[in-house]
Amino acid sequence: MSAPLISLDRPNSYIGRSLPRPNAKRLLAGRGRYVSDLHLPRMLHAAFLRSPHAHAKIVSINTDAARAVEGVHLVATGPDLAKICTPWIGTLDHFKGMTSSPQLPLPLDRVVWSGQAVVAVVAESRAIAEDALELIEVNYEELPVVVDVDGAREVGSPLVNPGSANNVCFRSQLDNGAVDDAFAKASHVVEEEFSFGRHTAVTLEPRAIVADYDPAAGMLTVHHATQTPYQFQDLYSRHYGIPEARVRVIATDIGGSFGMKLHVYHEDMAVVGLSILLGRPVKYVADRIESFVSDIHARDHRVRARMALDARGGILAMDVVDLTAIGAFSTYPRTSVVEGNQVIRLIGAPYCFRNYRATLEVIFQNKVQTSQYRAVGHPIACAVTERLLDMAASKVGLDPFAIRAQNVIADDAYPHTSPTGYRFEALSHQACLKRLHEIMDYDSLRAEQADLRKRGVYRGIGIATFVEITNPSPAFYGVGGARISSQDGAIVSLTPSGEVRCLISVTEQGQGTESIIGQIVADQLGLAQERIKVITGDTEVTPHGGATWACRGAGIGGETALQSARALKRNILEIAALVLQEQPSALDIVDGEVVDASTRNQRMPISEIARIVYFRSDTLPPGTQAQLTVSHHFAPQGYPFAFTNGIQGCLLDVDVETGFVKLLKHFIVEDCGRVINPMLVDEQLRGGIVQGLGAALFEECRYSETGQLVNGSLADYLVPMPMEMPDIVIAHVETPTADTELGAKGVGEAGTAAASACVLNAVNDALAPLGATINSIPITPARVLKALKRF
Amino acid sequence: MKARAFSYFRAATIDQALDAHARAGDDARFIAGGQSLVPALSLRLQAPRLLIDITHIDELRGVRREGGYLRIGALTRHCEMLTEASIAESAPLLHVAAPFVAHPAIRNRGTIGGSVALADPASEFPAMTLALDAEIEIVGPSGRRRVKADDFFIDLFETALQPGELIAAIHVPLFRADQRFAFDELARRRGDYALVGCGIMATCQGSRIEDIRISFFSVGNTPTRVKGAERALIGARLDVERIAAAQRALECDLAPPEGDEVPPAMRLHLARVLLGRLLGRLGEGA
Ligand SMILES: Cc1cc2nc3c(=O)[nH]c(=O)nc-3n(C[C@H](O)[C@H](O)[C@H](O)COP(=O)(O)OP(=O)(O)OC[C@H]3O[C@@H](n4cnc5c(N)ncnc54)[C@H](O)[C@@H]3O)c2cc1C
Repeated sequence: MSAPLISLDRPNSYIGRSLPRPNAKRLLAGRGRYVSDLHLPRMLHAAFLRSPHAHAKIVSINTDAARAVEGVHLVATGPDLAKICTPWIGTLDHFKGMTSSPQLPLPLDRVVWSGQAVVAVVAESRAIAEDALELIEVNYEELPVVVDVDGAREVGSPLVNPGSANNVCFRSQLDNGAVDDAFAKASHVVEEEFSFGRHTAVTLEPRAIVADYDPAAGMLTVHHATQTPYQFQDLYSRHYGIPEARVRVIATDIGGSFGMKLHVYHEDMAVVGLSILLGRPVKYVADRIESFVSDIHARDHRVRARMALDARGGILAMDVVDLTAIGAFSTYPRTSVVEGNQVIRLIGAPYCFRNYRATLEVIFQNKVQTSQYRAVGHPIACAVTERLLDMAASKVGLDPFAIRAQNVIADDAYPHTSPTGYRFEALSHQACLKRLHEIMDYDSLRAEQADLRKRGVYRGIGIATFVEITNPSPAFYGVGGARISSQDGAIVSLTPSGEVRCLISVTEQGQGTESIIGQIVADQLGLAQERIKVITGDTEVTPHGGATWACRGAGIGGETALQSARALKRNILEIAALVLQEQPSALDIVDGEVVDASTRNQRMPISEIARIVYFRSDTLPPGTQAQLTVSHHFAPQGYPFAFTNGIQGCLLDVDVETGFVKLLKHFIVEDCGRVINPMLVDEQLRGGIVQGLGAALFEECRYSETGQLVNGSLADYLVPMPMEMPDIVIAHVETPTADTELGAKGVGEAGTAAASACVLNAVNDALAPLGATINSIPITPARVLKALKRF
Repeated sequence: MKARAFSYFRAATIDQALDAHARAGDDARFIAGGQSLVPALSLRLQAPRLLIDITHIDELRGVRREGGYLRIGALTRHCEMLTEASIAESAPLLHVAAPFVAHPAIRNRGTIGGSVALADPASEFPAMTLALDAEIEIVGPSGRRRVKADDFFIDLFETALQPGELIAAIHVPLFRADQRFAFDELARRRGDYALVGCGIMATCQGSRIEDIRISFFSVGNTPTRVKGAERALIGARLDVERIAAAQRALECDLAPPEGDEVPPAMRLHLARVLLGRLLGRLGEGA
């Protein structure tokens, strides 16, 4: 079934074709409609007073002066909102034993991180609201602060949640046995302790929300910059006790999300409550400074890991401990333990070995919450595995390519179950390795490197193999009790003039979801893409579904679109068959025309069918049920996840006097199954890689000993910028999944998954002749110079 | 965040600007390019009652030669350092430093007067006025005076400028044929404030250094001349030993403060590396 999907020579063959995003022009022309562009009649603006302390008791709050400011409509504190909003708890049942305290929009009596919202002011303008904030007096009594992960684990450490036994949120262990034996008889053992800094998403558009409660209709409308409108419809309904059908969440244009806009934020919940209290629309847009202290952060892991190998460099076993600190709460509703869980499950994933043991410990501390952000857990698992493998290669005396070639799961050895229990349908490590070797021109790079070293230039070459989790089934959240859908729905209609509208539950954040859905529908229906309109992101209009996260838009949303388009096509051809006195199977649609399936001779335009059905149903045979609107849902079946794979390469120079790293070139060979739009796939890879390179060299949320974020602005928190980014060379291998007709898997996180591991390996490669090693990300000049003992 | 409400006055002459400031007392700020002031207002780090816009004062504009100096009007924008031929010719150190100041959008508005008045120790131009032995022309309620750059920078964001005084121009001694210069900085990303930066102006006779002024930025509370290093070089030829001696002298010349990410020892190390590289380049040119 899948082969004809990519025959690019037939008309309307859009699957596999590079087509520009129809949205791009509109957004570039400034016609985007983001939440921050929205001005509703009678709309008010919210601003939040934030805690200056990382941990403190709220003794008293005096809001009198703030309330007296002209233009201020409401000043609300924790108890005001607690009256109308039920608390939420960021745990899931399948993470056995995990704990997290109940959360409310604003705290009642205690703040647990610096930057936590404490008091809300709603006023005629944001500026007036901020004037009023300056007049609020909060009396705090400081409490001991839990900042670093070691301190948090010590017996007798201050507690983030008084009343709990310790600061542990969750512990998990994987062990398939005989790990100690394997290490005992190993010829080589390599071991390292790695640390991965906290970082954050820094979306172009910050978080933004307009909540509009209409007391007359008992109806809540929320315009929300989010990836997952259905999830929020459910949450607002349940926590504010409004029937689901009376909650509408609209997510229109969104300026990037990367997982950050998936989660419940205290301010967003508060804004809904403020609108309910006032019966007026209330807007809140986080500014950049607020984003740094309230958007989720990610990573922040410390991993001690060792690898046992036989004499020839074959991996025997791995033994891993991952410690991660997640802030004061586990995030709702997806929790903050998924990243750690994926770290310990993805370590070693590309390789064939049997014995694996891993411990995960997730710790509370007085910082902002961490949670899912692009490539959840992957960069850590990848860096740990790939660095250990490079260390092993140099111990055994193998080239990095050779040790990987020797250990990857062979392309013909699928299906395969990893020692951590993941089931792989089909991956292509060997093909990818071979292709990377070619596109890097690896042997000449090594020769050049040797030459340069003689001249005092420390060039590094690094590679990193990865496996990415995509197309998640209910095994991801559903089994844990979260009301987060893994299915998607679409409603596809033929309009009276013979065009097609597709309403679908996957959402668009700038990555081109709407483009590929349009391509698939056009392709399957036999229509020009311009005649397809794709509509997303409105719970009142689009059917319920998982929306867009975790690399599922193309794989699951795309299959939903494909199957719904096929269903509509069947219905169209049934009517055509009646009109033309043919069997439906003898007909097909090409370029908007019904044709003879065998001769391709045109019989009638589908606009004519639409005209007859909508306006002259009297001319159809009696009893005809013309169904030109089809609604269809698709839930992934078969493998619980569609795993993808790939390999990246990196070329860089280390200035050993300044510690600066200059990226010269980056390479990726990636296999995301069926490529629907090569240009968008390449954009995803490039963007993902750049985010990974940011993590590798620049991005880190740094905290003081008292729990203050010390670099929470774009002047101090360094995001990757064009001048520092290298050219990125891309190649593809295609192994479609057999679980769907479309065969597509995800690609959004592949770039981020391995880019930092690649840089880590390349920097270590460059420093090897000087006997220095780096085991921390980001790799800053300070860390390089420290490793070189230059100061 | 949004700025607190303020009043706005656009001055047409220096007198109008000074007068408006005097009447508003301490609660007024001059605004030029706004590239430092506007962020400060938006973050509510500053909330003056009155902004006095000086960008329409003609006397503060223009670049011209005047008595052995290049007079660069305070309103000269960073981008003009790159395009103005007389600056490239007569004050080339400013010309080569300009691309390192922020990004094009900021250079299109930011002014040299604003940069020097603010005296951010991480800024390029204030440090270059030191290397250039420039003079700052100040006008205020008590008249007009010229202060040598050496006497202008006093402490962190503190200068010889008194409240209510304006910088009218920067006077830079005209570049001569027997002079050489070098500039570079170490910044994590292009356009960022540097971890360490340095500009050098040397007067040479053949390969002998007659006089040299070396000015660092991002190394302390003010732009900093390193006189020990200068002494190690004056009267000598630029060879490996001299360069090493100058690098060693930095230990006494500089006392970098404790930084969040860059410890003092690292900054000192980077300053040494940078000085070595710049003197090497200066030597190649000599
Ligand atoms: C993202 C970003 C990056 C930047 N990066 C750099 C960088 O790498 N290097 C660098 O050097 N700078 C950098 N800057 C700062 C920029 O160069 C500023 O423009 C400059 O420091 C101030 O000039 P201005 O004309 O904008 O002054 P304004 O912001 O208008 O004013 C700054 C201060 O100077 C006072 N002032 C202005 N003009 C006069 C005058 N003629 N007389 C007396 N007082 C005056 C004002 O009252 C105010 O207190 C950056 C700025 C931004 C926003």
